[in-house]
Amino acid sequence: MFAYAIRRIVATIPVMAVVALFVFSLLYISPGDPAAVIAGDQATPQDVERIRASLGLDRPYLVRFGEWVWNIVRGDLGTSIFTNLPVSTMIAQRIEPTLSLMVITLFLAIGIAVPMGVVAAWKQGTWIDRAVMGFAVLGFSVPVFVVGYLLAYVFALELDWLPVQGYTPFSRGMWPWFQNLILPAVALGGVYIALIARITRATMLEVLQQDYIRTARAKGVGQSGILFLHALKNAAVPIVTVVGIGVALLIGGAVVTESVFAIPGLGRLTVDAILRRDYPVIQGVILLFSFVYVLVNLLIDLLYTLFDPRIRY
Amino acid sequence: MAETPLLDVRNLQTHFRTPDGINRAVDGLSFHVNAGETVAIVGESGCGKSVTSMSILRLIPEPPGKIAGEIVFNGRDLLKLSDKEMRAIRGNDVSMIFQEPMTSLNPVLTVGRQIGETLRLHQGLNAQQAEAKAVEMLKLVGIPAPERRVKEYPHQLSGGMRQRVMIAMALACNPKLLIADEPTTALDVTIQAQILDLMRDLKHRVGAAIVLITHDLGVVAEVAERVIVMYAGRKVEEAPVKELFNDPKHPYTQGLLGAVPKLGSSLDGSTERLAEIPGLVPSLKQRIDGCVFAGRCPKVTDLCRAVAPALEPKAPNHVAACHYAEKELLAA
Repeated sequence: MFAYAIRRIVATIPVMAVVALFVFSLLYISPGDPAAVIAGDQATPQDVERIRASLGLDRPYLVRFGEWVWNIVRGDLGTSIFTNLPVSTMIAQRIEPTLSLMVITLFLAIGIAVPMGVVAAWKQGTWIDRAVMGFAVLGFSVPVFVVGYLLAYVFALELDWLPVQGYTPFSRGMWPWFQNLILPAVALGGVYIALIARITRATMLEVLQQDYIRTARAKGVGQSGILFLHALKNAAVPIVTVVGIGVALLIGGAVVTESVFAIPGLGRLTVDAILRRDYPVIQGVILLFSFVYVLVNLLIDLLYTLFDPRIRY
Repeated sequence: MAETPLLDVRNLQTHFRTPDGINRAVDGLSFHVNAGETVAIVGESGCGKSVTSMSILRLIPEPPGKIAGEIVFNGRDLLKLSDKEMRAIRGNDVSMIFQEPMTSLNPVLTVGRQIGETLRLHQGLNAQQAEAKAVEMLKLVGIPAPERRVKEYPHQLSGGMRQRVMIAMALACNPKLLIADEPTTALDVTIQAQILDLMRDLKHRVGAAIVLITHDLGVVAEVAERVIVMYAGRKVEEAPVKELFNDPKHPYTQGLLGAVPKLGSSLDGSTERLAEIPGLVPSLKQRIDGCVFAGRCPKVTDLCRAVAPALEPKAPNHVAACHYAEKELLAA
């Protein structure tokens, strides 16, 4: 399995290369000019041209791409056009809030969605099942920013239970940190919860029809033992798979959520960088996101072996 | 009838509600099993024999199923017990072996865990004791290298071994009654014989009564002491095994026995076809007024179509539900 993991990590290199090429080309052909943004409204075309030359943006496409890739290979993500800070430093400054938000959302979503799906499958056809499925449809169809503002309005402004927005670093205490992330995590987790709950229900319904569930009943195993040991462990592989796929949802949703709740994370960094055409920062963040996604899915593949002994690498 | 039977099923009715009417899978079945006895229930597919076995342990999902009548086990009517009391009986006093060894074991739990689970549930053993006992059970059912096998998963075992594991699981708590639903049907013939030998051997050691559900008359002849023949959800004949094979009273039983190939029959040049029972089992969704077998019976008369024959004694310890089965003078 260790060899498999190594092989998979090596296999991420071509994936990352394609992502890099894609991101770079997309930014190259997209309209907008960082030099013009820096120069401001009063600048003459000569000023803009001079700035562009100083940033190296006047060089041919392949030269710029080659230089960027070469730097990445040496571990250098480049320097922001605007702040003149290394991109890696900027990411490091912003990574904690985003990582916190994603991890909390992940645990919250799994913790809520899996029991929901299990109970819905157990009570199939009853009002409980219908309520869960109705909630899932709602989770899919209401956008993050609507849920976000709604939650902030009810729980922060009206009830005053939780802060409206902002972020408190973990170093300032666990509770303040957590308090600030509850609403964003719930807002961000909506779609994710819906997705996991639905797949859990569907898979559990199938598993509960299996002969070995009947065997477990014939042995005198109680309802919770049937559901959470005998059935859920068999249903785990598809559930874990959508958890992994759903991380992409979290990454996309984090960008919006961080804007709604004014969290200074990577999502905000990305949005700001796009608005300013800060190419090195955009490229660096997207590269990081795709790397995380690939890594998460490798982790999921390795987790399969934990749940299903028939899977061996 | 001096002794009280271990299991006494009276007027069992297991019905299923379906979109197009009520399916009377078992309709008024009564039988008993004495302690330590092996009783076979035979019949074609769809005659209600599996539903009967599932009904005894109340494994029929309700709804759409509905079980009525009385199932008295050890003096208690199982149909009146709470779910919790019922769970304490399942796998403990009454356990079950299923037809499909390939799918009846949980693929993601070790064999030891699955055998140990009953012991932990019913006898309060801890994990280590349960595993030790599981090894012992695997040894009992003749699985080589039990210390290694106990840590393996079902997919690492062959079909025959899995059925041995099922038997080990069923016998772990020394049940008084073992219900075996087609335990050998899915296995190779050679493995079938081994499993039957094993069941016979263990039955003597453990002293459990067995209800054997099967359509295989060869299996019946080998292990059963008494046979119940079911047709369309009802009992049509019951007799000790020798008596039934020698002198079947009901035309359906006669047909079943006629459909068994005889060894060597294809070698002695006879071109005689294997006898079959024409027609199909009637739909269980309509109430049948006359004899349930009337539609396929070679001896059918108008009386059969109009009046359902009662189960009557035709010989000592031998009952059948047929108007025309000859009655022998009952001794005494």
